[in-house]
Amino acid sequence: MNRFLTTLRPFLAVALGLTLGLGLTIIAGESPIHVLKVLAKSAFGSPYDIGMTLFYATPLLLTGLSVSIALQAGLFNVGAEGQLVLGTLAAAAVGASYPNLPSPLAPILAGLAAFTVGAAWGAIPGWLRAKRGSHEVINTIMLNFVAAGLASYVTLYWLKNPDSQNPETAPVGPGYLIHQFATFGDSHVSTASLLALAVAGGLAFLLRRTVLGFELRAVGQSPRAARAAGISVGRMQIIAMALAGGVAGLVGVGEVLGNAGKFRLGFSPDYGFIGIAVALLGRTRPLGVLAAALLFGALHKGSADLDLETENVTRELSLVLQSLVIFCVSADGLWSWMNTIRKEKRA
Amino acid sequence: MGADPAIQFRSVTKRFGDCVANAEVSFSVSAGSIHGLIGENGAGKSTAMKLLYGMYGVSSGEILLGGKAVEWKSPSDAIAAGIGMVHQHFMLADPYTALDNVLLGAEPMRAGSGWLPRFLRPIDRVGARKRLEDLSRRYGLTVPWDEPVSRISVGVQQRIEILKLLYRDARILILDEPTAVLTPQETVELFVNLRKLQAEGKTVIIITHKLKEVMSVTDRVTVMRAGRVTGEVDTSKTTPQELADLMVGRKVVLAIEAGAAKVREGASALVFERVVAEERASKRRLLDDVSFSVRAGEIVGIAGVEGNGQSELLQAVLHPSDPHCRASGTVRVLGAEANALDAAAIKGMGVGFIPEDRHREGLLLDASLVENFALGLHRDFSSYGLISWKRISTRAHAAFEEYDVRPRALDAQAGRLSGGNQQKVVIAREFERKPRLLIAAQPTRGVDVGAIEFIHRRIVRARDEGAGVLLVSSELDEITSLADRILVLYEGRIVGEFARGQAGESEIGLLMGGGHA
Repeated sequence: MNRFLTTLRPFLAVALGLTLGLGLTIIAGESPIHVLKVLAKSAFGSPYDIGMTLFYATPLLLTGLSVSIALQAGLFNVGAEGQLVLGTLAAAAVGASYPNLPSPLAPILAGLAAFTVGAAWGAIPGWLRAKRGSHEVINTIMLNFVAAGLASYVTLYWLKNPDSQNPETAPVGPGYLIHQFATFGDSHVSTASLLALAVAGGLAFLLRRTVLGFELRAVGQSPRAARAAGISVGRMQIIAMALAGGVAGLVGVGEVLGNAGKFRLGFSPDYGFIGIAVALLGRTRPLGVLAAALLFGALHKGSADLDLETENVTRELSLVLQSLVIFCVSADGLWSWMNTIRKEKRA
Repeated sequence: MGADPAIQFRSVTKRFGDCVANAEVSFSVSAGSIHGLIGENGAGKSTAMKLLYGMYGVSSGEILLGGKAVEWKSPSDAIAAGIGMVHQHFMLADPYTALDNVLLGAEPMRAGSGWLPRFLRPIDRVGARKRLEDLSRRYGLTVPWDEPVSRISVGVQQRIEILKLLYRDARILILDEPTAVLTPQETVELFVNLRKLQAEGKTVIIITHKLKEVMSVTDRVTVMRAGRVTGEVDTSKTTPQELADLMVGRKVVLAIEAGAAKVREGASALVFERVVAEERASKRRLLDDVSFSVRAGEIVGIAGVEGNGQSELLQAVLHPSDPHCRASGTVRVLGAEANALDAAAIKGMGVGFIPEDRHREGLLLDASLVENFALGLHRDFSSYGLISWKRISTRAHAAFEEYDVRPRALDAQAGRLSGGNQQKVVIAREFERKPRLLIAAQPTRGVDVGAIEFIHRRIVRARDEGAGVLLVSSELDEITSLADRILVLYEGRIVGEFARGQAGESEIGLLMGGGHA
């Protein structure tokens, strides 16, 4: 019974958060049931809707994983946004510079570029932390701005799309575009979603079964104990941040090769920052992050129709729901506290 | 000594769910005495005191204070009745001054401010300070009142905690493991202060598992084991051996017979040659021209008060390239120069390391026992970068069996084990590779008497199997009973060297304090 409750707990917390949020709509003069119906219909009502939910969930899964790997190693990666922007730009740059490459080779090359550039960008704060002791939170935040500036410059001065008024790069060659699943209409769900799933599985395996994963976790739990055991703490910090950056960079695969066919400035609605919430909600475990990303994807898509379908509630409700869910999940300590109280009373 | 007991436990039982923490506990504490409450970790000492302090309610039985049964709902009732407790981990607000910490929660209000709502009344710091200065003079507890606590040493912080109780008019003072964080000198000072409190008519209860302290400061002792009282004796009529046996429930060997070392000449496990370590920022010398060697098959003990270069000595072996502390000279580990190697390589050559701070350096407290067992060994159990948890679990299970780690559950969280069992996990792991050089720093700190005996036996066995052992300890007993050779470290220098049995504790103690033998 107890173990059953323990596994059930995060789900209950999520349900509680959603209930609270929907309850709030009463104050706005809206029926919560109606709002829930709109949300559910908009998120899962048709293959296209489901597709859009998955489409949003994919980059969130990647950034959530990115933040999670760093957290497992005891580092807080606030820089997933910058890493994904540059990773995406790299994929687009490869595609625009060598437009004539054939199909299986082209997307692989672009994906590798996205991973590598993201990893390099992530490794910088990792290196600064390991060698200079400067805190990664500050450095990743600052590097986000540098990344945004760099992306604007490269987009507008080096790779500008001559046929467009929009701030975007020239399109990639046709060989780069990856398979989009027709089942989901024109919702742009592509093999990038499968890639993200594979990354989640790979990271779960890495953390649990490999020497590297064990050493990363050891460093995350106690750098001093890890060091005494002969693990190089600095090296692990750099590797963790590089992996985090690389995984965030893979957002570019879905965006460039599976959706836009080019890099568009400002394409990301803060995927990198929402990734932090996703990681925390998923408790930095790959499986949990997957669930959290799907939930956030559904909320994002679901709330899109609130503007049209309800009188008094706007799409910003999704933010309220997201925050309440995070609140309820992180109030987990309350449960164990209440448990101890109960035991005390019984004694 | 007064005739009325200040405190009396009558068949007190306390259950947490199915777990019985105190079973039919009965004992009494005479007014104006210093009473020791001893037992191993988890024996129920702290639970008994928390019952007395009103933190828990009893399940059955009763507690009498001055002959009257108490009915407390919370610690504030106990405090009002004159009971005060100094917790093992001090409850002080670091950025506040010593004065404000004492006043916190019992702020005296300026006269004539009674008409204001309570939270608006001005605090009467001047009056409070005068009263506190009187108190501190009376009990000889000097405190720098205007310093923030963060800048005050642990020994003085403890004085603040005691003054906090006196300020609240406590008549009965409970001290939970008061010496765990103190240096030997601070311990001596504390005991002098406790005697003064006693002379002023206070009743003191100290919870501890250090027999030597019980013998030196208490009048009477209650021994607990597994939630029950196993003995209550006058300190003057007992011996450490009797107390230890009562605590553990069997005959315990307090100082094991290490026997003579069979030194293997020619093979040095560890060599220090003119090692100098300087703090990078201040250029202060932490190790000053230290030379010695540990040969295979002997135990070399480093005696010294903590903070005289022990940490740097360990550092010089395992992490020679630390950014904060620069070392020069040569350290040779099992024949290889340590400067050229990283910690992984050094450990890989066959070095076992029992760190002084097992919580921060020895264990991953949130991780499972099997993961803790694997830490540092994990590369031996892996191929192509994949760890075989199955093989590790098999080994860990066997090792925990041998070292009697409890609970034996491989997936138990390390942080939930008692100190002795945590230390056994570290030792099981570090002995797993059959070290040729064993470095043991404070190997029995915070460990029960029973486990101490066990750990000492293991260390001697490692020596007998041919390992060189470097034992760093601030417990002089430990050094004199285990070490074949003793080096005394004072302010980073080796100020004395003795063979086993060559020098008495007082002689070594004098050198540790900077005197001349």
